[in-house]
Parts: sequence; C-alpha cells; structure tokens
Amino acid sequence: MRYQPVIGLEVHVQLLTDTKIFCGCSTTFGAEPNSHTCPVCLGMPGALPVLNKKVVEFAIKAGLSTNCSITPRSIFARKNYFYPDLPKGYQISQFEDPICQWGWLDIKIEGQDEPKRIHITRIHMEEDAGKLVHGELSGPGDGSGVDLNRACTPLLEVVSEPDIRSSDEAVSYLKQLHQIVTWLGICDGNMEEGSFRCDANVSVMPVGSDTFGTRAEIKNVNSFKFVKQAIDYEIQRQIDLIEDGGTIVQETRLFDPNSGTTRSMRSKEEAHDYRYFPDPDLVPLVISEEWVESTRKGLPELPEQRQQRFMTDLGLPLYDAEVLTASRAQADYFEAGVAAGGNAKAVGNWIMGEITRSLNDSGASIEACPVTPAQLAELLKLIDNGTISGKIAKTVFEGMFRTGKDAAAIVEEQGLVQVSDSSAIEGIIDEIMAANAGQVEEYRGGKEKVFGFFVGQVMRASKGKANPSVVNELLLNKLKG
Amino acid sequence: MNIFDMTIHELHAALKGKQLSSMEATGAMLERIEALEPQIGSYITVTREQALEAAGAADKKIAEGNCDILTGIPLALKDIFLTEGIRTTCGSRILDNFIPPYSATSWEKLRDRGAVLLGKLNQDEFAMGSSSESSAYGTTRNPWNTSCIPGGSSGGSASAVAARQAIATLGTDTGGSIRQPASHCGCVGLKPTYGRVSRYGVIAYASSLDQVGPLTIDVEDCATMLEAVAGYDPKDSTSVNTPVPDYSANLKQGVKGLKIGLPKEYFIDGLDPDVQQAMTAAIETYRRLGAEFVDISLPHTDYAVATYYLIATAEASSNLARYDGVRFGHRADADALLGMYTKSRSEGFGAEVKRRIMLGTYALSSGYYDAYYVKAQKVRTLIMNDFIRSFAEVDVMLTPVAPTPAFKIGEKINDPLQMYLSDIFTIPVNLAGTCAMSLPAGFSAAGLPIGVQLIGKPFGEETILRAGYAFEQATEWHTRKAAI
Repeated sequence: MRYQPVIGLEVHVQLLTDTKIFCGCSTTFGAEPNSHTCPVCLGMPGALPVLNKKVVEFAIKAGLSTNCSITPRSIFARKNYFYPDLPKGYQISQFEDPICQWGWLDIKIEGQDEPKRIHITRIHMEEDAGKLVHGELSGPGDGSGVDLNRACTPLLEVVSEPDIRSSDEAVSYLKQLHQIVTWLGICDGNMEEGSFRCDANVSVMPVGSDTFGTRAEIKNVNSFKFVKQAIDYEIQRQIDLIEDGGTIVQETRLFDPNSGTTRSMRSKEEAHDYRYFPDPDLVPLVISEEWVESTRKGLPELPEQRQQRFMTDLGLPLYDAEVLTASRAQADYFEAGVAAGGNAKAVGNWIMGEITRSLNDSGASIEACPVTPAQLAELLKLIDNGTISGKIAKTVFEGMFRTGKDAAAIVEEQGLVQVSDSSAIEGIIDEIMAANAGQVEEYRGGKEKVFGFFVGQVMRASKGKANPSVVNELLLNKLKG
Repeated sequence: MNIFDMTIHELHAALKGKQLSSMEATGAMLERIEALEPQIGSYITVTREQALEAAGAADKKIAEGNCDILTGIPLALKDIFLTEGIRTTCGSRILDNFIPPYSATSWEKLRDRGAVLLGKLNQDEFAMGSSSESSAYGTTRNPWNTSCIPGGSSGGSASAVAARQAIATLGTDTGGSIRQPASHCGCVGLKPTYGRVSRYGVIAYASSLDQVGPLTIDVEDCATMLEAVAGYDPKDSTSVNTPVPDYSANLKQGVKGLKIGLPKEYFIDGLDPDVQQAMTAAIETYRRLGAEFVDISLPHTDYAVATYYLIATAEASSNLARYDGVRFGHRADADALLGMYTKSRSEGFGAEVKRRIMLGTYALSSGYYDAYYVKAQKVRTLIMNDFIRSFAEVDVMLTPVAPTPAFKIGEKINDPLQMYLSDIFTIPVNLAGTCAMSLPAGFSAAGLPIGVQLIGKPFGEETILRAGYAFEQATEWHTRKAAI
C-alpha cells in the first residue's frame, strides 16, 4: 500500500524584545545564572504579571505578515503543570481567543509552478520556561540547578493546520516563516540557541483516504536539516509499523539528532491535563482597529513583494531576486548599491559572489560589511569607465574589504590603473613574441590555440593591468604579422 | 487619655501636640501585645526592633514638623502581606522560613507615610477559612470571649484591633475575610471594590476575588486607611486607574434621602435572633436619620456559595502551585523530583488548603471544566447583574454580615460545609466585585459583637463610609471595649 503523510507544525519564535513578557528583566542571552530575574519571573508569592506592549506589537506584525486576523479581544490563560524550570507551576499562555487566527503562507515547492497554501490555525503569545543545569554544580551531591534567566522571555507559538504533506514541504514552510520573522526584526532566527524551534505532528494514511491517521508529536527539532530527518524517520517508522500489523499510538516523541531517530517520551495516557483557564491576574487584551492599522502601515515590504519588485522594476531574473531577498539586510544592501548608481545586475552579482564569499570567510554579517553599498557602486564605476579591469577589481575589492578604504584609494595605492596605452602594450607584446619564437611559428602554422598562451603571458607581464581588449586586438594584429 | 483607647486620629493629635511620642505609643503597644498574646494569639511575628526603630524615625520627622496622619502610628498587617526582610508565612508551614525579598505595594504606601509596623498577624492558612483555626501558628481567640473564634480569615487583624494590640490593621477579603472577623470582633472592616487597592505583594488565594482592606476602631480611621492604600498600581494589571476620592472630607454629610436597599434573600429563616435584632435596630436608626428603605431582590444569592467554592478553589489550585519546594519555602528530603514535590506539599499544607487545592484541580480538569468552572463563571455574571440591576434603584444595601455571632473554637472545624455557610452574606459582594463594610451594630445576649453590612456600588466606598459614619454618630456600639 502507498501512504500519504500528514504534517502540522508548531513553531516557537523567541521575540527580540529588550525585556521579558511580564516583567522588566533583560532578555539578554548568556548572563550569569539567575542574574536576570525579579520577583515576577521567579514566581515569588504575591508577584503579578504586567504585559509588555512590545510583545503585542510584535505578535500583530507576525499575524499581519502571515495573513492572520487579529483578535480584537484576546485573553491569557494559565497552562498548569509542575516542573522545576517553571517557577509559578503554570505557564502564562493563550488558549481560547489567541491574538492571531486564520492565516496562511503560500510556499514554493521544488518542481512545481504553483505555490502551495499552508493554513495557519493560530499564533499566540506566551512566556518561556527557565532551564535546568545538570551535573555542573559545585558542592556536594549530584543535584541539578535551575537557571531562570530565560523564564518569562516572550515567545510566539505559530500553529499550522495539518496541510503539509512531506518533509520538503515542512522545510519550505519553516524557511519561509523563518524568513518572515527575521525580516520583521522580531526574532533573531538563531535555531541553535533555540530562538526558532519546531515541534512536528506527523501521521500517515493510505493514499486516497480522507481520514487522518493517529499522530505522533515530535519535539526538540532545532535545525532545518533535523526537521527533514525527523519527519522522514517518523513517516517511515509509522509505515513500517502499520505494514507489520501494528497500530500507531498517540504519543510525544523526542528527536535524537545523533542517531537521526525518534523515541517515545510519553504516551497519551501519561499526557498532562494542563487545566487551562483564563489568567485572573491579566485583564483581556483589547486591540483597537487603529492599532492594527498603524502597525500594518509600519510593516516593512515583505520578501515576496520585494522579489517581485526587483524583477519587474530592476529586471533581475527570479533566481537573483530570490537570493538577494534571503534576508532583509541583504536586500537593503542591494538596493542601496543600486541607489548609489550601480547597475542592478552587476551589484547583485557582486553581492552573491565576492561579498558573500568574503563575509563567509570573515564570519561577519552583511550589516557589518566593511565595504559600503556606495563604495561597491564606486568600484563598479571604475570597471565601467575602464580604469580597472574586472579581474583587477577583485583585487581592489579584497583591499577594500580588508581596510574599508574606497576603491579609488586602493587603485591609487597599489598602482592598479588599467593600461590601455597601445604603445606600452605593444612593447610588452614584442618582448614576449621575441622570447617565444617557437610558439609564434606554431600559431602562424595554424595552431590558433596558442593565442591564449600569449594573452596569459602579456597579462602576467603587465601584472594584470593591461586592458584585455586592447591586448587582444594588438596581439591578433602582431601574430598575424 | 489612655493610648489603648485611641483611634488613629486621636493618636495623631497627641503625637502632633507632642503629648506623646511614637516611641512611647509603640513601646506601650508592644508591651500590651506581649501581655495579651498568651490569651489572644493575634500575632505570628512581632517585629519589636523594627517597630522601635521606625518609631524613632517617626519621632524625628515629627520633631522636624512633618507629621502626616499616619506618621508614628503603630499598625499591624495580616501575614499575607509581603514585608521585605520580615518573615511572611501566610499562616502556612510551607512558608515557615520565607523571608520576602520585596514588600507589598499597600504596605509600602503605609510605610512611606511613616507608619510603624508592630508585626504580622495570624490568619487562616492562605486565607482559607472563616475562623482563623486553620493557621499553622495556632488559633487566635476572640477578645470578647476567648473560647470563641475571632472569625477569619483575617482573624488576627480583627482581634488585634479589638484587643487594642494595634491602632489599626490591614486584612484581605476574598469571600468575607475582613468583614466577618470585623463583625465578630466589634470593629470596622472594609472590603474595597475589586481593583481599588493593589494586590501586588499580597499572597494570592483567589486572584479575581482578593482585595486588601482596613480593620479599624471606627469609620473615620477606616476612611484614612483606605485613602492611604487605595490607588492604581502599574505592577497590578487588575488595579483600576481612577482617582482616589478624599474619603475623610465627605464623611459628615449624613444620610438624609439616602436610598437603602434591603435584599429579601438576606433575611432568611435561620438567621440568629440576636443578629435579626441588630438588623432591625440598624434599620430603625437609619430611618430616624432620614434614609429611605427599598425592598429589593438579589435572586441568585442562593448560588453564591457554590459559585464561590468553584471559582476560588480553581484559582487557588493554580496560585498555590508555586509552593513546590524548589525556590523558597519548605522542602522535604526525597530521592527524586516527584517525591520532593509530593512530600514538600503534603508536609507544608494543612487540611483545608489541601481540600481546596483538590476541589479546584477537579473543577478545572478536562471533562469537568465546562460543567464546573465555566458554569460557575456564568452564574457569577448573573450574580453581578443582580447587583447592577438593584443599584439602579438604591444607593447602598444593608444586610447582616454573618448569620450568627462568633461561634466556639472547634465548633465547625470538622464540618467544612457549615464553616463555608458562615460567609453566605459576604461572598456575593466578592463575586460581584463591589465594595462593602462591616459596622459594629449591637451585641448578642452572650455579649458577643454583631456587625451589619453596608454594600456599596462599585467604587462607591465614599457612600458607604458616609453612611457608616452617620450610623456611628447615632450609636455607641463602636465605643464599647472588650474587657480583657
């Protein structure tokens, strides 16, 4: 029998606010354990939560950018369970009436012209838990420590409908969502540190069936690669189990990145009864139409709209437009370069080529690129007006990247101005022809391939500064004799 | 004048007139506390050193000419208010070793005006009870008859005022926990409108019902204390941002033409004859003062106790989850996490608290949530609507506070249902979120105080204080003192 996988994703997006969702503590990562805490995020008796307005703003942005409706009156709920990293014994989250509902994303699928629509059930706000530190404590015993710096940091949970049908679709949906939240500047997107993490609900059913199979929820998948691995493994595990006459049980499974497998964490019977109820410490969150509209007006142009504009207004091919809009910073860099007078296609090529390579080598982000967009445009001008060759330009760029200096300054310092003066070049050609009389004979005997050898020799002798088209022209005349 | 007969206003006048220092007043109070504690047991913790230090600081302020109405006045707090650096137990063994790192907003407001803290007062554990017998720190006794309970849960707050072990106190009221003990101990106790006073730093029992309020010797002191603690607090999202009226300024305007509603559901057959007698007399007094009476109905009153015990316990089951032995409070030795949780909580919580946690957990459980918690919320709305409808016709309501005067210690402790019914007249006010005050209005044949309840419109504290003041001027009940 052939099987159809059915997948729904729950994505946790850690928001880039300066302070926590219900108190004024800093959200900075990596501080001394429990140094960013106060009575509220420690769950002290008598402490009360106060909602951070920035979190609401970010949630509205995320909702509008994923085609959601913004709930005019949304409420916070308590999700009750005991765990040492959860100071109050409940997590403040949203259950009924979350802030965003009924959205969608259109994702591109390899080999298909039409995008596929993945519906988003809801986006809600919630607080994160702290973390446990095992086996690193000094002192007697082998106790575990609790670090509550992360407790109460703001999260969005984005829940999709079970519209996803393969691991590739899942990855494509995740990448698009990742691009949107980083593009909006509401999440740093760091998957390794858990700023963007995903749980996958996976089931299989016979092809043609309209009844979903029993699902397993896979937790702890923190890279695009692992998402694909975990889902593929789980699909195959379920198919194998059914084929062997077994039945799938509803359970929570943990992905193990080392083995690429999933293993059972708890069954449905062991599942918590979270006893959700509206949090009486927080009043209903009323969001006015004006607030939604002013947020909508403040939204940046989203990646897809920008791609479209790059193609229609600047004439870029689809591939270039897609690559250049991979991040908002990169698209901004590109547009600044074009605005400074650079040719769009050339600016794009340089970003996708030299700039990306140099940034990767140095580990810097494009925001911190030592060569500004205006400097790149100046470099391109020097190529266009023949001051330097395209080849020399790469050397100039290296200098610019290293020192932050303008192109003209590097050219000047290193004496890299292109030589187009035919008498100077002729002199070089004559010397080379004299020194390589044998090859001259070969050429004249009809072996035209040798031409390339002469071009190379001339360029080397001129240290790359000779204007290649002048070299070609003169060399051709001289060799023909 | 004997300092133990003084109200806040009288002591303030004496301090300001330099007839007395705060050090003397505080010292005398501390001595009286020490002398009477074996009989009454109002306090869990007496903060003698801090009190004398604060009194010294107050005297310095007074000498410099800065004598606010609360400067140098020795007060005490229910042990539910967090006090930085001073043990706060909430009457529970689970917080036996808990020294808070911060203070409740309401205490900060009093402290910033120069008030002196004498100590922390006994209460039912986590404010769950109507007799102060569920405390892990012993039973508080009624100063009028030490074989009787003082009421609860703010029993120590009421007994300390009645026994003059503090000039005034703060309590909290979730279902009657200020008004019922005030009634049983013969003092004035006011539960403000929900949102009027910050709950920040007050240990939560049932968050949607809890309110902070004063217990005092008379209405004028009550107005002064409320004025001091009321107001918006950015740290409490449920506190309401409306201006605090000058309660004291409008006290003396009388009740002529005031429309007082008498809800028929509060005059039940089982009402104690002494309580009935006090009610009849109170109605007569108000009639004489020029108030008009209107018969009204609050038809959903019968459902209030059941509704309360679903909502309050549901919230409590979640509010008390933080007492897990991980970060503060009692932690039992155990081999593994689950054992630590169950053992710490089993040892730390008393029977009534456990009962309510279980009730509330059940009410919120999957499959029961709609039938219990959701249904209770709907009934709560109906009860609220009862009040809104009636307040279109009347300015205040007059009712009994409790169906009986103070009962004997041990009488109801093993009968939770009977205990729960002692709050039938106070609980609806919490569910409706409005304000009410207990006023001394008579004595039983056995010599126990009886209070009557004035219920006001939301944020109508000014009106009930004014009505209470007029009543007090026309009667002498508040001037009687427990013979202790």
